[in-house]
Amino acid sequence: MTEIIAKNLGLTKDGATLLEGACFTLKPGQLIALLGPNGAGKTSLIRTTLGMEKRCSGTVNLGGTDSEALSPMERARRVAYLPQQRPLAWPNSVRDVVALGRFAYGAAPGRLNPKDAKAVDTALELCDLTELTTRHTDTLSGGEVARVHCARAFAAEAPLLIADEPVAALDPRQQFRIMNIIQAFVDRGGGALVVLHDIPLAAKYASHLIWMQDSRIAAEGTPEQTLTAQRMADIYGVRARIDGRKVEIEGAI
Amino acid sequence: MTRTSWVMPALLLASVLALFGACLLGSTPMSPARVVSAFLGGADAADRVVVWQIRLPRALAAYLVGAALGISGAALQGLLRNPLAEPGVLGVSASASLAATFSLYYGLAVISPWVLPIAAMFGALAATSLIAIAAIRTQSVVTLILIGVGLSSFAGAAMSLLMNLAPNPFSLSDMINWMLGSVANRSFREIGFAFPFILAGAAILLASRRGLSALTLGEEAASGIGLDLRRQRILTVLGAGLATGGSVALGGAIGFVGIVAPHIIRPFVGHDPARSLIPSAMLAGLILVLADIGVRILPSTNELKLGVVAALIGAPAFVWIAMRRRAIND
Repeated sequence: MTEIIAKNLGLTKDGATLLEGACFTLKPGQLIALLGPNGAGKTSLIRTTLGMEKRCSGTVNLGGTDSEALSPMERARRVAYLPQQRPLAWPNSVRDVVALGRFAYGAAPGRLNPKDAKAVDTALELCDLTELTTRHTDTLSGGEVARVHCARAFAAEAPLLIADEPVAALDPRQQFRIMNIIQAFVDRGGGALVVLHDIPLAAKYASHLIWMQDSRIAAEGTPEQTLTAQRMADIYGVRARIDGRKVEIEGAI
Repeated sequence: MTRTSWVMPALLLASVLALFGACLLGSTPMSPARVVSAFLGGADAADRVVVWQIRLPRALAAYLVGAALGISGAALQGLLRNPLAEPGVLGVSASASLAATFSLYYGLAVISPWVLPIAAMFGALAATSLIAIAAIRTQSVVTLILIGVGLSSFAGAAMSLLMNLAPNPFSLSDMINWMLGSVANRSFREIGFAFPFILAGAAILLASRRGLSALTLGEEAASGIGLDLRRQRILTVLGAGLATGGSVALGGAIGFVGIVAPHIIRPFVGHDPARSLIPSAMLAGLILVLADIGVRILPSTNELKLGVVAALIGAPAFVWIAMRRRAIND
């Protein structure tokens, strides 16, 4: 069973503390929403966890190995990563972009063995892209591109997924579609850590919430435990009405 | 057959025909029958000299120079994720030819025939590394191209300075050859000294080409899917530096083929940088062979320089690509 166990993570860059004393675990079957205002350290937490930033303190156990000791390919086979910035340099076909998800298995677009091809086809199906496989990415809508990136991540068939703002700049329907796709991945036994700025969306889908503020994890737990009007005021500085998993944000404080 | 699958055979056929054509055409046109028999060791001695010692080496040199620039251009475009990257535009060719001229001017090239290609390589690698370091610090392509412009201007100025100091007119005309690029009077011996570097550079670029596809997703996601970014940067810079250095050692600084060829090839290979390397090399080689045929048969008192013809075709294409690009993004 692949899981991430991060303990006491710290990251300092050019004298600025970006992350301090962060502990969390990500297990199969969990959908963790990582919450917090801009600059709270969410992306730093993700990058440090993956070993893409060299941590100053703490340990990360990624499926039995220290994440910094893993080669990029070994890491990619354990956890699929969807970064915040998702540029597409060339107008490749949808299938070719999704095929890049098989990079860690030695495949390349146009050079897929049957196993790679099957993983790509499955990922395209999961993300509802079967009609678009030959389309070039520069002709797609924002929602379609978001699903292409999801499919790329799923093509790796990694047991875990870390997605940094996968629904940013999408309309409500597309946000739900992406979250449904991630939810389905978790239902199949995957584990997902997803950065979200939409609290109602997080409350609807997440099994756990991690709240970050000022480079620290301020709280963590199920939505029922941690989602309170007081917390919304503390973390985001907004007045909110909470009813179970229902959130209504009324305005800034 | 898909569009992709006939690109390579078509390019191969066209390349062979162009190389053969280059042996036919010239100040004294020869019939195909005479060229073929000269190839096979028949015909008279004069024909064999024309084919084996003048026309074929020159055509092969043009092809090699083009292929090296084409593959370097395609690889640098993949690495920097920009269709305007190319050894000429980024100042790599100019730096290489500055280093080559320097070795000539100070008589270092006399020491060993390897000094010149190695000097060119050194100049190319220095410039490519500088560009790659800048590329890590800035995401802006405009900045990179401006750095390239700066490098080119500096190399141009330094070469003018060398020319001003040139002790005799002979070395002056030599230097003009390096700056404008030419494959006139190349022999198999000179090809032999540049070829190993071009081959090594091309081999490195081909071995690391898969990473260029990964970079389509941007550096962060490329690293996420398993690419070792540092290694990829080093290999591409090294490969492009070696190949460009080799091409400059053979034919001087010839610009823009490295942009034009990959640009034409890209739609045929699904816009995949990795799959564009070999066809881009073949097409760029083909373009230079054809341009060199043009250089030779154009009626002019002083022979045109190959680099001039390449720039006359390539520079407008560069401007066109740049203008279209601005219309779409950044």
